[in-house]
Amino acid sequence: MSLDKEAVGRIAHLARLGVDAGEFESYASNLSAILAFVEQLEQVDTEGVAPLAHPLDACQRLRPDEVTEADCRDQFQQIAPRVEAGLYLVPKVIE
Amino acid sequence: MFQKTISELAAGLRGNEYSSEELTRCFLERIERFDGQLNCLITLSAEQALSEAREADRRLRAGDAGPLTGIPYLHKDIFCTQGVRTSCGSRMLDNFIAPYDATVSEKLKAAGAVMLGKTNMDEFAMGSSNETSFYGPVKNPWDTQRVPGGSSGGSAAAVAARLAPLATGTDTGGSIRQPAALCGITGIKPTYGRVSRYGMIAFASSLDQGGAFAASAADAAALLQAMSGFDPRDSTSLERPLEDYSAELERDLAGLTIGLPKEYFGDGLDAGVAAAVAAAVEEYRRLGAEIRDISLPNAALSVPAYYVVAPAECSSNLSRMDGVRFGYRCENPRDLEDLYVRSRGEGFGAEVKRRILVGTYALSAGYYDAYYLKAQQVRRLIRDDFTRAFSEVDVILSPTAPAPAFRLGEKAGDPVSMYLSDIYTIAVNLAGLPALSIPAGFVDGLPVGLQLIGNYFAEGRLLNVAHRYQQVTDWHRRLPAGFAD
Repeated sequence: MSLDKEAVGRIAHLARLGVDAGEFESYASNLSAILAFVEQLEQVDTEGVAPLAHPLDACQRLRPDEVTEADCRDQFQQIAPRVEAGLYLVPKVIE
Repeated sequence: MFQKTISELAAGLRGNEYSSEELTRCFLERIERFDGQLNCLITLSAEQALSEAREADRRLRAGDAGPLTGIPYLHKDIFCTQGVRTSCGSRMLDNFIAPYDATVSEKLKAAGAVMLGKTNMDEFAMGSSNETSFYGPVKNPWDTQRVPGGSSGGSAAAVAARLAPLATGTDTGGSIRQPAALCGITGIKPTYGRVSRYGMIAFASSLDQGGAFAASAADAAALLQAMSGFDPRDSTSLERPLEDYSAELERDLAGLTIGLPKEYFGDGLDAGVAAAVAAAVEEYRRLGAEIRDISLPNAALSVPAYYVVAPAECSSNLSRMDGVRFGYRCENPRDLEDLYVRSRGEGFGAEVKRRILVGTYALSAGYYDAYYLKAQQVRRLIRDDFTRAFSEVDVILSPTAPAPAFRLGEKAGDPVSMYLSDIYTIAVNLAGLPALSIPAGFVDGLPVGLQLIGNYFAEGRLLNVAHRYQQVTDWHRRLPAGFAD
């Protein structure tokens, strides 16, 4: 599968990732090379093989639903780019 | 002092030959003297280190010291450290001071180890040469025109130049073993789940695993011991008792069976590396091991499977870097979309962007089955190859990397060629097995690494097999010229 510049633009939008228009060409060629490389997987017969999500086939461990963390909001918000009155600030979403 | 083993250093501290503060100053001076050439550190924490050293000295005097109390180490800048910046090699986290310690940071602090600083790495651990770091490449102490390997390049180069006796690392596709090989030191990645991932910034969660760098297997055993153990805060942490890794070190190798996978000795392997590995095999024969040829038929599929699984998981993990709660935020965003797009576009470097794009594509509607699901199926085939092999042999031996350290810039423009430098290490992560790399000779003055792969939970056995080799060889004691005094 080879990707063109428009495809790179669409994927970058899905990832909310800024890519300079001038770089679309080189990303398209890099990504096409990577996808061509991983396409050798298509040749493998995996009929009936269960996907391996965890190397030891472990399941999600459950714990009792208990409060284990203290409220650290102020501490966490000290490293935020912009906060006000305990809220994270972003540009206006609703006019 | 800087060439002593960990047990010698611990004995010296206990015997009052020197204090932890003096030992710490010795390594801080080496960093000061040599790191300008190497760029191993992103953040030096000298003041905090000296205060931790004085605290360790109090513990030593009080008789309350463990094996690592007062021993300096360097910490890969992927582990969160409360109060000391954790950049992960990225502009995105250039201003990030974690509000909590990773479990590994907490455990090493509790052990009384002294953190000298945080080491350079490929951005978000994505790279095999340490060239993708926002803070510039690390240089290989054996030849400063060459890469140290990656992603834990700063940790590996620092131990090679003895800027610290120990360093932490993480290994998602070879990021401990490959730099250990290229820098001529010992590096171990344990079984998936053995070292807690809590507070270790996630790249590909089903593959990421913390581990240890040291000059020797015996030293690495001491660090890995302190880092390991069950952690309820990591949902994939192994819930089983921790072995004593030093207890098995001296075990005799008579009767050990070592498998040589034919797929790891084929085309693309440097002749000098092959010769060094063959000499190591002979050494093991003399130590009493039985050598068998084995096959891992799906080995060649590991790199392509990895380059679906790892980018897919990375694109998901890195979505948290959005310019809202922490990290880099662009100037004057027009709207919320612009805030996300530009913060991420300006905060991430080229390789991280490539992987986010590949992963986003592989997980997008209509492609998930063809890429991610298919790769996860192939992953099981690769795991099953190892399961079969370990029914015949105790340990698998191979080169760690196909060639010695390459030149800075040599592979930077060609991602696929860079990815293939991890061809012998990646399958181990897909299968979740423990493996280590030890120095096994030189090609044109550059170190060669030997990889030993063990069955699940066989870290102790692997360290034993490495240690016995290091008792009859001295590759691990060689120091790069220019860093030897």
